[in-house]
Amino acid sequence: MSPSRLYTPSVMYPQNSFNVTGSFCTVENISECILYINQELSSLGFTPIFRNQDGIRDVDAVVALNNIYELLQLHRQTVGMMEDLEVDQLKSSSDLHYQHLTNSRLKDQLEHSKKENVRQHERERQLETNMKTMRNCLKDAKEEVQRLQGIIASRATQYSHDIKRREREYSKVKERLNQLLIARKDKHGLCVYSLSGMEVLNYVGRPDGRRCLWKTGKTEARHEGEMYKTLLNEFDNRQRELMMENIELKKVLQQMKREMMAVLNSKNVCRREEKQNNPVDQSLQQTNSDDEENSFKELPGISCDHAREKLTNSIRQQWRKLKHHVEKLDSQASIVQPDDNEDTISKQVHDEETEKLRLEIQQCKEFIQTQQQLLQQQLNTPCDEETGAVLNDCYMLEEKERLKEEWRGFAEQRKNFEMERKNFTEAAIRLGHERKSFEDDRAIWLKHQFLNTSFGDHMKPQCRMTDELSRQAVHEEKNLPIAAKVSKSHL
Amino acid sequence: MNFSEVLKQSNQLCKVSPDGKYMATCVQYRLMVRDINTLQIVHLYSCMDQVMHVEWSADSLFILCAMYKRGLVQVWSLEQPDWHCKIDEGSIGLVSSRWSPDGRHILNTTEFHLRITVWSLCTKSVSYIKYPKACQKGMDFTSDGRYMALAERRECKDYISVFVCDDWHLLRHFESETQDLAGLEWSPNGCVLAVWDSCLEYKMLLYSLDGRLLSSYSAYEWSLGIKCVTWSPSSQFLVIGSYDEKVRILNHITWKKIKEFEHPGTISISKAVVFKEVEKSVVVGRDDLSIHQLTVGNSLFSTQSKYEIIELPTQVPVIKPDLDRANPKIGISAMAFSADNRYLATKNDNMPQSLWVWDMQRLCLLAVLEQTAPVRCFNWDPCRPRLALCTGNTRVYLWSPAGCVSVNVPVEGSFQVQSLFWHCSGNSLILLSKEQLCLCYMDSDDKK
Repeated sequence: MSPSRLYTPSVMYPQNSFNVTGSFCTVENISECILYINQELSSLGFTPIFRNQDGIRDVDAVVALNNIYELLQLHRQTVGMMEDLEVDQLKSSSDLHYQHLTNSRLKDQLEHSKKENVRQHERERQLETNMKTMRNCLKDAKEEVQRLQGIIASRATQYSHDIKRREREYSKVKERLNQLLIARKDKHGLCVYSLSGMEVLNYVGRPDGRRCLWKTGKTEARHEGEMYKTLLNEFDNRQRELMMENIELKKVLQQMKREMMAVLNSKNVCRREEKQNNPVDQSLQQTNSDDEENSFKELPGISCDHAREKLTNSIRQQWRKLKHHVEKLDSQASIVQPDDNEDTISKQVHDEETEKLRLEIQQCKEFIQTQQQLLQQQLNTPCDEETGAVLNDCYMLEEKERLKEEWRGFAEQRKNFEMERKNFTEAAIRLGHERKSFEDDRAIWLKHQFLNTSFGDHMKPQCRMTDELSRQAVHEEKNLPIAAKVSKSHL
Repeated sequence: MNFSEVLKQSNQLCKVSPDGKYMATCVQYRLMVRDINTLQIVHLYSCMDQVMHVEWSADSLFILCAMYKRGLVQVWSLEQPDWHCKIDEGSIGLVSSRWSPDGRHILNTTEFHLRITVWSLCTKSVSYIKYPKACQKGMDFTSDGRYMALAERRECKDYISVFVCDDWHLLRHFESETQDLAGLEWSPNGCVLAVWDSCLEYKMLLYSLDGRLLSSYSAYEWSLGIKCVTWSPSSQFLVIGSYDEKVRILNHITWKKIKEFEHPGTISISKAVVFKEVEKSVVVGRDDLSIHQLTVGNSLFSTQSKYEIIELPTQVPVIKPDLDRANPKIGISAMAFSADNRYLATKNDNMPQSLWVWDMQRLCLLAVLEQTAPVRCFNWDPCRPRLALCTGNTRVYLWSPAGCVSVNVPVEGSFQVQSLFWHCSGNSLILLSKEQLCLCYMDSDDKK
């Protein structure tokens, strides 16, 4: 926009100058102006405003206006183009300026790097000369070392030769000395050197009391045999120890592997609960479960290379996973620590808690172990303490027998009581029946009596009969209570 | 701790019988056998010359007294005091004399190592072994006493002979791959023989009982090599101390080095405890001296010492040896295992005042004992992990995993403890000074 603003005064200017310096067209030179304008317009390609056919020097207003309009358009176009051109020019000039600057900067840089290069070359040259001198020194030192080693070697051979020579002399001297000292008396009976000998009061027995054996081939073979036996025993012992150690270590490794897998699995489970299913974790879980299966199949006694390698590889794998996991946790902890989230507790507290938990776990484990031991003991003791158990059983038996007897007695008594109760009920029923019958008889007899007495007093023998009957009845009545009493007592 | 009375001895000759009941001491030419509990003289024997070496037979029934100057060996019996035996080597001389493990043969090494004569006390037979090698340790018996290994040198080559001690039958005779054999030692289980070269070449060879070469080990070349060697009591480890101030441990399965113990001048990063002996002299004004005070024990005049625990890092006093001389005082010269195999005590010759105790279970340094004088002698209790050491002053020092204690020997006059050894039961210590000996009974376990 600025270029157009810049140039609007200049655009304005011709207009102003046009107005101020005098017009191009005055009243006098209209026709010349018209002609000139016509020429110019036709040269520009516009329709002429003046048609000089009729001699009428009239300006065609429409054409003139059109031409003016077109001229204005053209002018506007050109102004726009000019503005664009000016903008372009500015741009290119600033580009050019920038290029100049960069050019100068790069030239400086080039100078600088050339200088640097020269410096480095110089340094390299110096270092190379240094290295050359050092190499020469090293070569000299190596040569010196070799020379000295050569000297040492030659001296060593010289010394060893010397030593051997002296040793030979020495052994010759020793031999001679030996001969002289062990020599017997010479012919003249003079014993120059005293002989060695032992005088002892009496010979002592061997420490183990046995007699000495002759040296025969058999004894030699026996000695050989004994020596090999000793060696073999030693080898056996060592091999056994190593096997035991190996088994122990394998057990420890397997336990470690199991524990590590358990730890990793539990962590994986937690993670999966919190986040989405990660395909990596899935595969981890899968491999872990696979390993678990395999570990349970492995027996501690397998010693083949394949099994060993598998075990060590799986341990390494698990350890790597665990380490990775712990590192991740550590990094997470270090990231999380700055913000005081209520959910996360400080590391110290966490550590303390884990320690406490570990202690608890340890205590519980010990407790479980002691419980197991005690249980085992309890289960075992019946097998061990036979007599005690038998005695206990004896006493129990006695009591059991007694109890049985009592029960039997009670059962019998109960049976008896049942029977008696039955009898009593029967008797009671019988009694009831009899009483009923008696009452009936009595009633009949009374009826008879009444009937008889109503007939006169010659019914006295019946009184006696009634008396007898009544006496009978009384007796019967007397009997009944007695029987009832008896049966009651029975109960 | 109780101390017994002081007894006389000469030549540091005092030996306890293998069954632990008697103690044999020598004063010049008299041999005295005492009961160990009462210290009463049970037997008294007179030898023909000043006794240089006393040794009990393995069954504790006989004692041999060797008189090297006269070339005589006299054997005394405990059961029959009037039994006597005299072995005269004659002009051939005598350099060393020892019992065989069965207690019925005496092996005499003649002068110049011309031969070894095996004298039998049961039969009239005499055996001769030719060409024994004169070296640091040329003869060793297995711990069960069945075999003897002997180093021999013929025609500038080293040979090893294995004899059956029963009837001195030569079981094996093979050439050793050493340049100049310096020593050989059986493993405690009697199945492996460790053979090492002289200090000019670091070479350790391991031979099986039947003469096969099992393995060879060489830590480095050109420098002075092996100075001392010891087996662990369980035969699990072979420990080599060398002139480069390092201890190397080989295991019995692969015979390869499993650990190297260094003895640096500065102990910095370590879980070890450094015990430093600190002496403080009791100040007694010279004007107060009186005869009475002079005779009342010497605790007034002797310096008291106790151990202080020094913080790490600390410097160990080093004495630079003169490397131009032969047998420089540098390198590990003495090593000893505790009886339970758990601890190893080492002494580095250029740090003579320090004793290093290593834990063999963890294979690391456990303690360093810094004394005020060079350590002269140290020995482990045969029953428990307790180390006794002496530095030539009037004190005896004890170290155990519980701590360290320094005990003054409360005897009249000054008793400079030159050497010490334990009784086989581990209940008492026998302390030897130049001319005297004293027993120290361990009743209580009071350690600092």
